[in-house]
Amino acid sequence: MLYEAIRLALQAILRNAFRSFLTVLGIVIGVAAVIAMVTVGQGSTDQVEADVSTLGTNLLMIRPGQPSRGPGSGVGGSTASLTMKDVDAIEQQIASVAVAAPSNSRSMTAIFGNVNYTTTVTGTDNRYLTARDWALGSGRSFYESEQRTGSSACILGDTVRQKLFGNGSPLGASIRLKQISCRVIGTLEVKGASSFGTDQDDIVLIPIKAFQRRISGNQDVSMIFASIRTGISTEKGKADIEGLMRERRRIGPFEEDDFNVFDMKQISSMLTGITSVLTGLLSAVAAVSLLVGGIGIMNIMLVSVTERTREIGIRLAVGATESQVLLQFLVEAIVLSLIGGLIGIVLGLALGLLGSRLLSIPFAPDATIVLAAFLFSALVGILFGYFPARRAARMDPIEALRHQ
Amino acid sequence: MNTVTASASRPLIQLQGITKIYGAGDAEVRALRGIDMDVNAGEFVAIMGPSGSGKSTAMNILGFLDKPTAGHYFFGGAAVDHLSRDQLALLRRSFLGFVFQGYNLLARTSALDNVELPLIYQGMAGTKRRQLAREALAKVGLAGREDHYPSQLSGGQQQRVAIARAIVTNPDVILADEPTGNLDTARSHEIMDLLTGLNRNDGITILMVTHEPDMAEYADRMVHFLDGRIESDNKNKKVAGDAV
Ligand SMILES: Nc1ncnc2c1ncn2[C@@H]1O[C@H](COP(=O)(O)OP(=O)(O)OP(=O)(O)O)[C@@H](O)[C@H]1O
Ligand SMILES: [Mg+2]
Repeated sequence: MLYEAIRLALQAILRNAFRSFLTVLGIVIGVAAVIAMVTVGQGSTDQVEADVSTLGTNLLMIRPGQPSRGPGSGVGGSTASLTMKDVDAIEQQIASVAVAAPSNSRSMTAIFGNVNYTTTVTGTDNRYLTARDWALGSGRSFYESEQRTGSSACILGDTVRQKLFGNGSPLGASIRLKQISCRVIGTLEVKGASSFGTDQDDIVLIPIKAFQRRISGNQDVSMIFASIRTGISTEKGKADIEGLMRERRRIGPFEEDDFNVFDMKQISSMLTGITSVLTGLLSAVAAVSLLVGGIGIMNIMLVSVTERTREIGIRLAVGATESQVLLQFLVEAIVLSLIGGLIGIVLGLALGLLGSRLLSIPFAPDATIVLAAFLFSALVGILFGYFPARRAARMDPIEALRHQ
Repeated sequence: MNTVTASASRPLIQLQGITKIYGAGDAEVRALRGIDMDVNAGEFVAIMGPSGSGKSTAMNILGFLDKPTAGHYFFGGAAVDHLSRDQLALLRRSFLGFVFQGYNLLARTSALDNVELPLIYQGMAGTKRRQLAREALAKVGLAGREDHYPSQLSGGQQQRVAIARAIVTNPDVILADEPTGNLDTARSHEIMDLLTGLNRNDGITILMVTHEPDMAEYADRMVHFLDGRIESDNKNKKVAGDAV
């Protein structure tokens, strides 16, 4: 009987193929939206998590400024900046810190031959490579003497290397950073995009002494990276650093910090939080379109029941029970919305794939949500098909036969 | 053949004081005003009477498609007055076959599928169903037309498909409301020969409404309706004479 009902439903749906297609469009859009959104959302969460692990989950960043400000906010004018002494103190006086590195950055144009490329120039030292767990692609790191004197040696991130030198070797070449000329001594391994969407390979490293003397013109350190020893929690490392910095900056027991210690986990959870809020919002939109789709199905099923009044009369006359007629029309509504659901799933996955390609994040289709979408469209069919099906089942056979 | 559990002494169909009133107040229509009628198994009854005399109303009640306002209906000796819609559907499915003036076939559905329809609702398996439907179509002379749609068949052929659909379940009773109403004389006589054969050879009880005395001649009993009452109820002497 169920098999017969499905066969009849497919017949009836195909008989009005175009009308059926228009009817399920709402379901298609709703399901496709949910699937695409969840796929892209999951992909970006995966990406953030992958980024955090490339940045190092054990990495802390220290910046001057009020704690309420985010990691991207500028340095407050009144707050004291950090110094190289702070870097050394954090590394040497805190047992939980394996290595600490200074980092001063500025956007500048790098020139080689007739190629201009705007990149980020970061003044630091070799400890930066250790802290960020970043290996060299070619060449060497800074010599101790280069770091001490602040000579103009530079290490290129992969993007900069490619922009300026293409396939050629940059080692030994001289590039210009604005008015400074510097010699390329090494290149960095590819690191990829970060969770902030920025290209981490778009960077040029120079000794911090050189940066301070020739670019910023002061002795400030704008950010310190500190990597925590393995086996020690970042919370512990963070507390240790905060304690030391409060002492060094002479902050009274009831005063607020005038510096910030960021944890990569914190940043990643903030980002995934934003992603899930967005996914939630868009899912609500999708739910509305599923509702509209369901109403569309109810409408077309009511039309179909009216059109087929005589058919229903004949079926009742030859002995169909109420529940048999109900089942037939209910199955038709369910099959209709499942077809919509399936088209929506395929379309949603395709959009998800496209979206992940465009955002260069991993394609992360979720079997649970696909199954849920499938079941949900069946549910829409049952909910919105029941009323028209009941109307068909309750028809008076004589009046139905007399119809037309 | 399905056998209705009836004591041999009781008729297959018994109507007692059947009344049917449509509407209420000023709009009230008394379609049936107390019908008493017994039909024995194996009878072929022609119901005649002027338009509006209540023939179709009576047929609908006899076919469990409608319920009387008052009176009692015994089928196979059992009262059916208080049965539910679904119970009546089961009775239709098991014991009755309908033939309508307008054929009432499903459009865009093959002759075979149309004939299979009652068997689907009986829950019969596909192969058995198709076999019975083919046999029924062959019996009404439509072997080879199984895949034709109603629109590809003449009126007479469509009515034969409808008869095949009525007999495919091996019913006790066929209810035919003006089965030849849309057909020319030659086609009408063919249909009547078919129905007479089913009555004589298969023992199917037939109740048939008709306006045409020629067609009523095929029956062995004629009941005349007038204003919702039975005006006369006679054995057909001609047929009875022929049979001797
Ligand atoms: N559903 C209905 N609502 C109201 N009145 C009805 C309904 N069905 C039938 N009637 C009335 O009941 C009376 C009997 O109708 P019925 O159809 O039984 O007549 P009939 O003998 O079959 O006529 P005909 O020979 O024209 O088919 C008529 O007056 C008709 O108008
Ligand atoms: Mg009539």
